Amino acid sequence: MNAMTKEDTRTLIADVLEAYPEKSRKKRAKHLSVYEEGKSDCGVKSNIKSIPGVMTVRGCSYAGSKGVVWGPIKDMLHISHGPVGCGQYSWSQRRNYATGTTGVDNFVTMQVTSDFQEKDVVFGGDKKLDKIIDELATLFPLSRGISVQSECPIGLIGDDIEAVSRRKAKEVGKTVVPVRCEGFRGVSQSLGHHIANDTVRDWVLEKAKVDFKDTPYDVAIIGDYNIGGDAWSSRILIEEMGLRVIAQWSGDGSLAEMEKTPKAKLNLLHCYRSMNYISRYMEEKHGIPWLEYNFFGPTQIAASLRKIASHFDDTIKEGAERVIAKYQPMVDAIIAKYRPRLEGKTVMLYVGGLRPRHTVDAYGDIGMQAVGMGYEFAHNDDYQRTTHYLKDGTLIFDDASEYELEKFVQALKPDLVGSGIKEKYVFQKMGVPFRQMHSWDYSGPYHGYDGFAIFARDMDMAVNSPVWSLIKAPWKQG
Amino acid sequence: MPQSADLVKDHTRLFQEPEYQALLARKSEFECGHPAEEVARVAEWTKSWDYREKNFAREAVVINPAKACQPLGAVFAAAGFEKTLSFVHGSQGCVAYYRSHLSRHFKEPTSAVSSSMTEDAAVFGGLANLTEGLANAYALYKPGMIAVSTTCMAEVIGDDLFAFIKQSKDKGAVPQDFDVPFAHTPAFVGSHTTGYDNMIKGVLHHFWEGKQRTAGDSINIISGFDGYSVGNLRELKRMLDLMGVSYTILSDTSDVFDTPTDGHYRMYDGGTTLEATRAALNASATLSLQTACTAKTLPWIAEKGQATRSFNYPLGVGATDEFLMAVSALTGKAIPEALEKERGRLVDAIADSAAYLHGKRFALFGDPDQAIGLTRFLLEVGAEPVHILATNGDKHWAARVGTILADSPYGKGGKAWAGKDLWHLRSLLATEPVDFLIGSSYGKYLERDCKVPLIRVGFPIFDRHHHHRSPVFGYQGGINLLVKILDKILDEADRESIANDGISFDLTR
Repeated sequence: MNAMTKEDTRTLIADVLEAYPEKSRKKRAKHLSVYEEGKSDCGVKSNIKSIPGVMTVRGCSYAGSKGVVWGPIKDMLHISHGPVGCGQYSWSQRRNYATGTTGVDNFVTMQVTSDFQEKDVVFGGDKKLDKIIDELATLFPLSRGISVQSECPIGLIGDDIEAVSRRKAKEVGKTVVPVRCEGFRGVSQSLGHHIANDTVRDWVLEKAKVDFKDTPYDVAIIGDYNIGGDAWSSRILIEEMGLRVIAQWSGDGSLAEMEKTPKAKLNLLHCYRSMNYISRYMEEKHGIPWLEYNFFGPTQIAASLRKIASHFDDTIKEGAERVIAKYQPMVDAIIAKYRPRLEGKTVMLYVGGLRPRHTVDAYGDIGMQAVGMGYEFAHNDDYQRTTHYLKDGTLIFDDASEYELEKFVQALKPDLVGSGIKEKYVFQKMGVPFRQMHSWDYSGPYHGYDGFAIFARDMDMAVNSPVWSLIKAPWKQG
Repeated sequence: MPQSADLVKDHTRLFQEPEYQALLARKSEFECGHPAEEVARVAEWTKSWDYREKNFAREAVVINPAKACQPLGAVFAAAGFEKTLSFVHGSQGCVAYYRSHLSRHFKEPTSAVSSSMTEDAAVFGGLANLTEGLANAYALYKPGMIAVSTTCMAEVIGDDLFAFIKQSKDKGAVPQDFDVPFAHTPAFVGSHTTGYDNMIKGVLHHFWEGKQRTAGDSINIISGFDGYSVGNLRELKRMLDLMGVSYTILSDTSDVFDTPTDGHYRMYDGGTTLEATRAALNASATLSLQTACTAKTLPWIAEKGQATRSFNYPLGVGATDEFLMAVSALTGKAIPEALEKERGRLVDAIADSAAYLHGKRFALFGDPDQAIGLTRFLLEVGAEPVHILATNGDKHWAARVGTILADSPYGKGGKAWAGKDLWHLRSLLATEPVDFLIGSSYGKYLERDCKVPLIRVGFPIFDRHHHHRSPVFGYQGGINLLVKILDKILDEADRESIANDGISFDLTR
C-alpha cells in the first residue's frame, strides 16, 4: 500500500516540476494536484493546449472523430481525407467489434483514404473527393453512406468538402457527411468528438426521415464503442431488465440505428466525454432525457441498473433487481477467486476522458485502490464528475507528459499501471505490471457482469504474473 | 449464464454463447441491413473478374494501402542514433500515431515529441512552438541529439526548419553547439521509406557538410526502414565481424528497439554514436541495403567522394552472395570459410525441402526492396511468385522485378504491381488464386477473404510476437525464412489431409 502522505505527494509534484524550464513549469503546475476530500473538482486545469516538446500522450481531432465516434459505424465508408498516414496508423486499432461481411456490408476494418499527393495539396482535393465517392459507390453498393474525415491539409488549403458532400449525396443517393476534424483543431481528441457529434446532428439526425414503431421501453446506448465487445456485454443486461435497445452509438452501430435514436425514451450515455454533445442535443430538440451510467464492476453496474430503471415503471425496476440477483452468484464467485490475490494492491490510471473514474470502483470491487489518476483530454466537468470516486490524497494529473508519468510511477510504486500502448512498455521495463486501458490490451469486454469477470482475471494475471519475479538477475539480488 | 468464475470466457469465446447469438439476432432487426442473400451475392461479385476490372479502374480512392507516411520513417531512422530524440514539428496527433505504430510492432517503448501546433500556429507559423518545444525536450529528456522532422501541417503552411532551428538556438532553446539535424518530411510525398531517406540524409548533412573528408578503409551500411532491424542488424554485424571489416551502421536501431526488462527503463539505448556518424564521412564506401530508402542519400554521399553500392534487401542465397562479395571487393577482406559454410547450410536446407516448395504459387506484398528480396528467394527455392505488390513501389521497381522474374523459369507467370493497394490484391487473389501469401499483418484480411494462408513477413507485424528478433538477412536469415514458409506449407498439408479423411496425414514429410 502506498504510504505517501498528502504533503509527500505535494513535494513529489514540486520535484517533478523542477525539471521544466520556468515558463513550462508554471503552465504544468496548474495540471497537477493532490485531491482534497470535499472539494468540488480535482484542483487541476484541463482541456488546455499541450506544451510543445514534453511528449504529451494526447492525439488529435481526427483521432477523436474517425478513430472514436465515426469509425465504428459499420455500414458507412469513412474516408481518411488527406495523406495516407492518419488512416494507416488508426486502421483497426480500436477493436470496435462489428458483425457483418467486411467489404460488403461492414467497412470498420478497412483503411479508405484519398492518399493526398503534392498535386492535391497544390490544386485542392475536392475533385478527387468527388471521384472517390463515385468509385466507392461502384465498388461498395451495399454501403449506406460515406463520411469524410478531414486530415490537417484539408482545412489549410481551402477545400469545400461540404459542397462536395451535398452534391454527391444527391448524386449517389446516400448519406455523405463532411467532418472538419483536422488534427490541428483544438487541443486533443476531445474537439474531434465534439465536431463529430455536431456532424451527426447536422448531416444525419436533422435529415433523417424515420418510419419506426416505438415502444415505451426504447432506449439507446450512447458512447459505447464495443471495444472487445463492450456494448454487447452491456446490451445484454439492459435487454434482460426489460428494455429495448434500438441503437448502439457507435460500436457495432449502423446508420439506421443512429437515425432511429430520436425515438428513444432515454439515452444511456456511457462515454460522457465523447458523446454528451449529441445527448444534450436530443434532450433539447426531442426531449429525450439522458443519464451517464457506469458498467464497470458490480458496485457501479448495480447502481447504474437501478438508476436506469428509475426512469421507467415497476416492471423495469423489478427487471433491474432480477438482473442484479441473477448475476450476483457469478460476481461473488469472481470476487472470491480474485480479490484475495489483489487485496490492498494499488493502481495508477492514465486514460482518455472517462475510464479513470469509471473503472476506479471496479478496481475497488477486486480490492485495489487508485493512488493516482489522470485524464488525457478531460474537461472540467469530467473532473467534477470524478470527485465522488476519489479518496483523499489521490495524485491527480491532467495531460501528463511521459516524464511526469515515469516520475510519478517511480515515487508512488503502484502495483499496476493502466494506460495506453505508448506507456505500456516503459513501465513493464521498470518491472511494473501494466494493462492497456484503451484497447483492454487485446482482451475484453470489460463492460457488464460478463466483462467484470474478464477484467478481474486480467488484472490478476497482470499483477501476479510470475514474470515479475524474474526481473533481477539472481547474482544481482540481495 | 455464459460466464463463470471457473472458466472466464473473453471475447474469443463469450460471443459464441447462445445468449449472445440471440442478442446479435435481435440487434440486427434495428440495423435495417440488406437481406443475407443480397450480401452473399455481392460478396461473391467482389471476387469476380467484373469486379476486378472496376477495382483496377480506380483513379482516386486508395483502399488498404501497404504504406505509411514520411515522418514514421524519419522517426525510425532518427531512433538509430545515440541518445537521439525525434522531434516532429506540426500537429501532435501524428506523433502519438508514430509512437503507437512502432510500439505495436516492436513491443517496445518509442520516444518522440511534438511541437503540438494548433489553429494559431496554422495562422502565425510554428516558430514559437518549435522554440518552446526544443527547450522543453532538451530540459526534460536530456537527449544527446534532437532530430527534427515535419508533419504535413507544418509542410502545408511552409515552415522552414533550417531558419526556425537557427532562430530557436539564437533564443537559447538549446545550446548553439547542440546537434539538431532536420529533414522536411511531407506526408503527401512518397511514403515512410522516403521519410527514412530524408532523415538519414538530414543527419549526415548535419555532421558532414562543410567538413574535410580523409578517406579511410571503413565502410558504412544504411540498412533502410526495416521491421526486422533488431535481428537483421545484429546478423549483419556478426557477418561483418566474421569478415574482419571495419564498418559503421548508419542508424543502428538493433538495441534501441530491444531493451531488456530488468527494472530499469532506458529511454535511450544503443544507436550509432554521434562520433561514429561524424567519422563516417571518411569511409571508403557506403552500402545501402534498400535502394528505395536511400534514393536521395546515396547520390549525395557519392558526391562526397565515397564509393556507393545499393542492394535490394540481402535475403536468401544470391542476394547475400552479392552483398558479401561487394563488401569483400570494397574492403579487400576475404569472405571467411565460416560464412561459406553458413551458405552451404542454407543451400542444404533448401535442398532438403525443395520438394515441398517446388511450384507453389505465392503472392507477396511489402516495401519495394523487401518485395524484391522475397521474390528472388522464392525463385531460388523453386516456388513461383505470381502477384508481387508494393504500394510504395514505382515503375523502376516494377521494371526491376520484371527483370528478375524474366531471368527464372519460375518467374514466367509473375507480375509486379507498383502503386497498388491490398484491395487490388484482393481482386488478384480472388481471380487468379495462389497457394500462399507473404506480407505484413494487414494480409490477415486477405487470408480470411480469399482463403489464402498468410506467412507473416514485413512491417508491421502486430498480431504475432517477436518475429523482429530473428534475422531474415543473410544465410542464417534465409534459414529462418525458409522454416517459416515451410511450417506454413506443412501445416496446411496436415490441415488439408485431416479434412480429407486423414489420407496423406503422414508422420514423416
